[in-house]
Amino acid sequence: MYPVVFKKVVKTYHLDAVDVPALTDIDLEIRANCFTVISGPSGSGKTTLLNLIGCIDRANSGSVMVAGQDVNAMSDDALSDFRAHHLGYIFQNFNLLPVLSTFENVEYPLILTRMPAAKRKERVMALLDAVGLADRVQNRPGQLSGGQRQRVAIARALATEPKLVLADEPTANLDSQTGAAIITLMRKMQREHQVSFVFSSHDPQVQAEADDTIFIRDGRITGVERKLPEHVA
Amino acid sequence: MKTFSLALRNLLRNRRRSLTTLLAMVVGLTAILLFGGYRANITYGIETGFVQGSGHLQIQHQNYYLEGGDNPTAYGITDYQHIIDVVQHDPELAPLLNMVTPTLQLGGLAGNFAAGISRSVFASGVIPEQRAQMEKWNDYGLIGYIKPLALTGTSPDSVVIGDGLARKLKLCKALNIVGCVQSETPVVSTGADAPADIAALSDLEQIDVKPDQGTRIEMLASTAHGAPNVASLSVIASRNMGIKALDDVYLAMHLSQAQKLIYGSGDPQVTAIQIQLKHTDQIPAAKARLQKLIAQHFPNQPLEVLDFATLNPMYGQTAQFMNSMFGFIATLIAVIVLFTIGNTMSTAVVERTVEIGTLRAMGLRRSGLRFLFLCEGILLGLIGAAAGVIIALGIAYLINHSGLTWTPPGYSYAYLILVRVWQDPALLIGSVVGLVLVTVVSAWWPANRASKMMIVDALRHV
Repeated sequence: MYPVVFKKVVKTYHLDAVDVPALTDIDLEIRANCFTVISGPSGSGKTTLLNLIGCIDRANSGSVMVAGQDVNAMSDDALSDFRAHHLGYIFQNFNLLPVLSTFENVEYPLILTRMPAAKRKERVMALLDAVGLADRVQNRPGQLSGGQRQRVAIARALATEPKLVLADEPTANLDSQTGAAIITLMRKMQREHQVSFVFSSHDPQVQAEADDTIFIRDGRITGVERKLPEHVA
Repeated sequence: MKTFSLALRNLLRNRRRSLTTLLAMVVGLTAILLFGGYRANITYGIETGFVQGSGHLQIQHQNYYLEGGDNPTAYGITDYQHIIDVVQHDPELAPLLNMVTPTLQLGGLAGNFAAGISRSVFASGVIPEQRAQMEKWNDYGLIGYIKPLALTGTSPDSVVIGDGLARKLKLCKALNIVGCVQSETPVVSTGADAPADIAALSDLEQIDVKPDQGTRIEMLASTAHGAPNVASLSVIASRNMGIKALDDVYLAMHLSQAQKLIYGSGDPQVTAIQIQLKHTDQIPAAKARLQKLIAQHFPNQPLEVLDFATLNPMYGQTAQFMNSMFGFIATLIAVIVLFTIGNTMSTAVVERTVEIGTLRAMGLRRSGLRFLFLCEGILLGLIGAAAGVIIALGIAYLINHSGLTWTPPGYSYAYLILVRVWQDPALLIGSVVGLVLVTVVSAWWPANRASKMMIVDALRHV
């Protein structure tokens, strides 16, 4: 089963009295357990597509199926719960909560899913250990480097064991060396956790690591490149 | 991570702003509590004075209060002891009662003929022991200013007068009244001599009178039949009644003496039966029961039951005035706090827009986000309320121990300036709850705005 299936999806933004088409007739399937990159120039609709896949925006028309569910039909609360249980996010600016420690940042999504405290602690420590920050649990984001913050964000995105992790330009604010390390880490985590990662990125390093690449321009998909055969994915 | 913990950390994120907001709340709450405490002290003080002097409730002849105040003969209550017995032995009323006592109010002229002076007086005939007991009522733990009534155990012709009346009757020296200033210039009467019949009555009264130390006065009143009557009275003490208008006419005498003066050898009557309850909040229940008893046991007597607020309009007027001032100040402060917190929370929402988008993206519901910001408002309110109460209590303590005094308009006492904050739980709880409610209301709009943000817009916010 594909974790994401789009059929004839249209997204238009209303700016004052003008309708600006962002995505037009998008048909898309994202394979499970793959590293998928959405690639395209600025303004092509990458982020809009990622937002629709991540269920933080709604399509104007068409069918959006994520993890087997028609998310367009969900109420706002149902969609919130859906995101909490099935999706993880990694942001360009890390978006960690500055008042929470490393541990608490990773723990927060688990609180939203009402996981018992003991189990939460076990899960968070395992993830922080996996991203190499077990000795930084009490640090606040302000006490961490950019690379460390993005590692926390990766751990947070994987905390609820989601089916899909969305990452919007995750290496854009990192130097190339740290960016490469983050890509390696994400790849490792993706394989270990058997989860689909979907990126929007200009970064050639990210694109080089991708299993699938979706090319988008002017709000239309212009091509899909799959490095792995269907049966492998 | 509990929401309140996160809310608290968010408040501590910008300490200076949170402190400024708290300061506005603390100053506002302190002002409300101090003024409320001062208001309470004044209204409780007035209430206590009236309740000590005339009880919570009075049974009177119908329309005596409105029309018959100067006519005790036409509006007297006969068989009053029977009424008192019924009231005292009623099983519903008995637990509420502190005192049930008769009184006879009368007007007349008091004369110190040795000094050639006479003045109008407003006299109360009382049973001294019962009156003394009534004056001990102090449900609010206030400071008493008026000296106890010194009539207990005295001869029937003994009276106590107001300091003002003593001054007017040139009795200051004879009564050794401290601070009483009276002119030594003899007052020369320009009017005609007393009529022969009044003079004869006065002479008759003097026959049985023992020699005194210049504290003898005579009181002229109208009997039940409209004829004049005179009683020779011995002024044994004076007391400052607090209010000058009352102090200048006050005269308290034994009930038996007052009845003798008005009714002679006829059936003694009273103008009111005063009922003092244990607590003021028992008035509605006691009044309803009294009305029922009167209708049941004395259907042929035109009686009515009046409470102290009705009998003393000044109490209601003062309370209303103080309440309107308090309401104005409280509203003003509430509006200031409302906008201060609203501004603080709105700024927080703008500053944390990306964070709002992140929380929502992670799956926090709109209601959860709204609750988070409301918690921040509630926490601000609770911390501000706690700090405000502590500071108000501290300032109240300082004021209450400073010895500062003031003389209210129309009063003859300099009263200590006191504020009742701790002693007034209703004020404390009401103000704290009010402040927290204001913070919730002021946090609601920014919290609601935060919860309605589009996630993608919030995440794009710079």
